[in-house]
Amino acid sequence: MKSDEKAYPPPAMLDPAILFASVLNGLTTGAVYALIALGLTLIYGVLHIINFAHGAALMMALYGVYFLHEKLGLDPYVSLPIMVPAMFVAGYALYRGVIARASHGKDENILLITLGLSIMLENAALYFFKSDTLTIDTAYTLSTVNIFGAMIAVPKMVAFFGALATTAVLLLVIGKTSLGRAIRACAKERQGARLVGINVDHVFAMSFGIGLACLGAAACFLLPAYYVNPQVGNGFVLIAFTIVVLGGMGSFVGALIGGFLIGVVESVGGLLLGESLGQIGIFVIFIIVLLFRPQGLFGARA
Amino acid sequence: MAETLLEVQGLTAGYGAVRILHGLDLQIAAGEIVALLGSNGAGKSTFNNTLSGIVRASGGAVKFAGETITRAAPMAIVDAGLIQVPEGRRVFPNLSVLENLELGAYRRGKAGKTANLERVYSLFPRLLERLTQKAGTLSGGEQQMLAIGRGLMAEPKLLILDEPSLGLSPKLVEELFALIGTLNREGLSILLVEQNVGQSLEIAHRAYVMEQGAICFSGLPGELLANPALKRAYLGM
Ligand SMILES: Nc1ncnc2c1ncn2[C@@H]1O[C@H](COP(=O)(O)OP(=O)(O)O)[C@@H](O)[C@H]1O
Ligand SMILES: [Mg+2]
Repeated sequence: MKSDEKAYPPPAMLDPAILFASVLNGLTTGAVYALIALGLTLIYGVLHIINFAHGAALMMALYGVYFLHEKLGLDPYVSLPIMVPAMFVAGYALYRGVIARASHGKDENILLITLGLSIMLENAALYFFKSDTLTIDTAYTLSTVNIFGAMIAVPKMVAFFGALATTAVLLLVIGKTSLGRAIRACAKERQGARLVGINVDHVFAMSFGIGLACLGAAACFLLPAYYVNPQVGNGFVLIAFTIVVLGGMGSFVGALIGGFLIGVVESVGGLLLGESLGQIGIFVIFIIVLLFRPQGLFGARA
Repeated sequence: MAETLLEVQGLTAGYGAVRILHGLDLQIAAGEIVALLGSNGAGKSTFNNTLSGIVRASGGAVKFAGETITRAAPMAIVDAGLIQVPEGRRVFPNLSVLENLELGAYRRGKAGKTANLERVYSLFPRLLERLTQKAGTLSGGEQQMLAIGRGLMAEPKLLILDEPSLGLSPKLVEELFALIGTLNREGLSILLVEQNVGQSLEIAHRAYVMEQGAICFSGLPGELLANPALKRAYLGM
């Protein structure tokens, strides 16, 4: 093979089979994006704040999965029943112990507190875990499955179905349970919620906890095909924030569809424009949607 | 007189450093409709919210059904059976009519939920037709019905209605006051906060008039109506 054939991507890049594989890969990544965005949109919808600590919390969860694997030999998927409750408890405690206390009920304070938390967590990670990028090896890291000719990595398939299942559970909890009803009530009418006897502070903390629990699940699905370092959350939180705005602030359906959309745009964009330019597609879509639907794809008009 | 249900003594409250209630006294006996009148900004809603635990009392005492509930948390006050239907309805706009009603029984009235739902449907057949509709899409009158229905789901011992007739058509206001009378005849004690003075005094057993955070008149509706000076001074009639 001549070297100049490598430098210029041949037209075979637009081969339908490659495009198909790229879309599938985008969907698998998109499912995890959606899960991360769901946590963010839940917290936004209920507390009316952007949780700036979302990326840092994901980073901590990834370290959690990493150390459970390295120190206890636990497979990342086996760590699910540990990481999900652990992140939930951490979120609940963080809200009640720090955010609610320090904010004195002012939304703009909560914003700054989560920003401060994210800086603290990132620096703590740098101090304790150093800036090295860490990965884990599992038996299935490099295995693939054949889906109509496209070779998809097994961890990505697991992530896809796992993220979808987690999303389904979340939607069920929010849509059908008494807690979910209380969460939705507090999201739009705090005073009314207090008057029917809902413990609003408890519901806020539950929402924060559930938002972080989503990250616990996402971390378990991500790590086998990904890596962790102290900055790993930043890229995700930027994408998750884009998805939340794109889908409509506080909209679950929007976060889900937006997650898939961004995943596919990123993947196909990377295929056509190269890895580094691929993310441009995300922001092009973002700007176009906001131009024509400022409330996002599924957001209610203000 | 029947046993005292609510006893408020020297209640003071406000927002931050601003004091709104300046030592308020008020009683309600079991089975009464008591009207609380007063111009806009007199502090009626602040009083209601202090009773409900949303605004913190800075002084005085509130006794309800034998318990002291001064500075209790809103949920403890709901548990005790003091239920407020707030000004502006405050229904959950993103929840269905049925979910709104079910949340009325979030802490109280769980055992009787099914029977209470039936009762609310028979009082407000309109709600039954709209069970799956989001509350935010209801008309103002329907939202008021829903807010009252939600309050009834908690099996209140005392129901506070804060300006329930606000924004309703004259026909709906008529129906609303008839309903308040019916609920009371079935045994419900009611604190009716209104700017609609005429109709309120017609159905109330006793009345209070509030001005700048204190009670300036208390007595029978007839006394208030018979005194042109009082009517002009406090009610702008
Ligand atoms: N949340 C609040 N924060 C600060 N001041 C308030 C608040 N709610 C009401 N007030 C003030 O308290 C006073 C009494 O208001 P309110 O209790 O609503 O009166 P009413 O219900 O009799 O119209 C008004 O001067 C009002 O501006
Ligand atoms: Mg008022």
